[in-house]
Amino acid sequence: MSLSETSAPGWKARFKRWFHSWASPKWFYEKSARWLPWLSIPAVLLILSGLVWGLFFAPQDYQQGNSFRIFYLHVPAAFLSQSIFMMMAIAGAINLIWRIKLADMAAKHCAPIGASFAILALATGAIWGKPTWGAWWVWDARLTAMLILLFLYLGVIALYSAIDNRETAGRSTAILSLVGLVNIPIIKYSVDWWNTLHQPATFTLTEKPAMPFEMWFPALLVVLGFYLFFTWMLFKRMRAEVVEREFKAKWLQKELTQK
Amino acid sequence: MPADLGFSALLKRDLKLAFRQKSDIINPLMFFVMVITLFPLGISPDPNELAVIAPGVVWVAALLASMLSMENMFRSDFDDGSLERMLVSPLPGFLIALAKVITHFLVTGLPLVIISPILAYMLNMPSAGYGVMMLSLLLGLPTLSLVGAIGSALTVGLKRGALLLPLLVIPLFIPVLIFGTGALQGVIMEQPVSGQLSVLAALLLFSLASAPFACAASLKVSMGNG
Amino acid sequence: MGQFESIQALIDMGGHGLYVWLSYGIGLAVIAFNVVSANSANKKAEERAKKYIRRQELEG
Repeated sequence: MSLSETSAPGWKARFKRWFHSWASPKWFYEKSARWLPWLSIPAVLLILSGLVWGLFFAPQDYQQGNSFRIFYLHVPAAFLSQSIFMMMAIAGAINLIWRIKLADMAAKHCAPIGASFAILALATGAIWGKPTWGAWWVWDARLTAMLILLFLYLGVIALYSAIDNRETAGRSTAILSLVGLVNIPIIKYSVDWWNTLHQPATFTLTEKPAMPFEMWFPALLVVLGFYLFFTWMLFKRMRAEVVEREFKAKWLQKELTQK
Repeated sequence: MPADLGFSALLKRDLKLAFRQKSDIINPLMFFVMVITLFPLGISPDPNELAVIAPGVVWVAALLASMLSMENMFRSDFDDGSLERMLVSPLPGFLIALAKVITHFLVTGLPLVIISPILAYMLNMPSAGYGVMMLSLLLGLPTLSLVGAIGSALTVGLKRGALLLPLLVIPLFIPVLIFGTGALQGVIMEQPVSGQLSVLAALLLFSLASAPFACAASLKVSMGNG
Repeated sequence: MGQFESIQALIDMGGHGLYVWLSYGIGLAVIAFNVVSANSANKKAEERAKKYIRRQELEG
């Protein structure tokens, strides 16, 4: 008996089956129904507790006063919008390389959710700017970079809706998101440089002497909550997409009529 | 056919076709001149005010003019079926893309670089800037052609979506714009600009190494074979 | 409660009330938008599917 026949003969086959089940919308649809409450409830709890803490209990900033509380929305939103773009590009790449339908669907639905977080980050950033710097909009490096990120999101969404064939749309936007992802650090570097050139006396929104735990911890709660919220929304939208694509399949019809 | 021979033959063919269509050269130039004219008309003819905005205006106008003609980079070959034939030929996709990019730059970008001093003069740009202006455009416009080619490949054959290509590629052009104008403004203020020019060169090299492949992949996806 | 002596102080936020509450309002709106659009996507898809199933049953 050779070694390959003795040692854990099942794991390779099991891994292959697990990997291919990931490609199956049916598996996803059936399993995700049970996952949703595990995402939604912690998401709501984390977001609520983080925001309540930040709004009512965190100390105010010695320089910015109570407007600092916007931090608890702005920073998590900015963080998520960038993270989601990366995930969208990676899902697109998985679709391009291995043609996995679920990755295609995931990438497609990352875009509107990520764009909404980018808009939130921009709006809160702009509003925060008024009491801090005196204007509703300033061409600050981070706000400008976030605006460009929103443009990238809108480009992906626009390209997807301009292409009739669903497969081609998914693959084209995958390439666009990857090109965007590669460019994001370049854009950030350029905008940073541009900003220091024209506004020597800047201070970033989070540059402070070591922020105490009571101040940054609520933001962490909100970030985690936002991640769970994003996953929850993504899975919901993906479930809708599965229904849209596979409604002619018997397994789905059974699922739907059983509800 | 051996890939090498295929590439130069393709390039020669593309250039011949492009130069035959005179409007492909003239129109972007006219657009460049007209857009620049809008600024004194829209803002002020005062030479001092123009001098301040001149670097940015020249660069933005060049960027827009270059982008105008990107829509059609692959369109005529797509329309008559030769794009499909090229993609199944033994010639690697990235060389097809590269030939188109080189053609686009020679037909659109290079003429812009050549007439830019005239427009810079009309905007009262200090003459100290002319050399760096042309150099920055020479380094930056090919990068725009390279990156724009990807967008053009992704949108080839799409009927709807007005201004879709500009929406896709303008965010990607921003780094080149920032360092192009940065170099120009720097030299006018008598500061060293080797840093900016190095970044422009680096962006060009990076795009040269990656964009043709992304463009080829985009062409294959757009044609449904990706 | 917490950092604020009264409800009035909470709303006022030391003069920054407009900014803080406007931001949190927008935050709520973005979250609500996501939930609503995900739900409506699901509903729409399910209705279309159910219509198809019913038609299949009618045609036998």
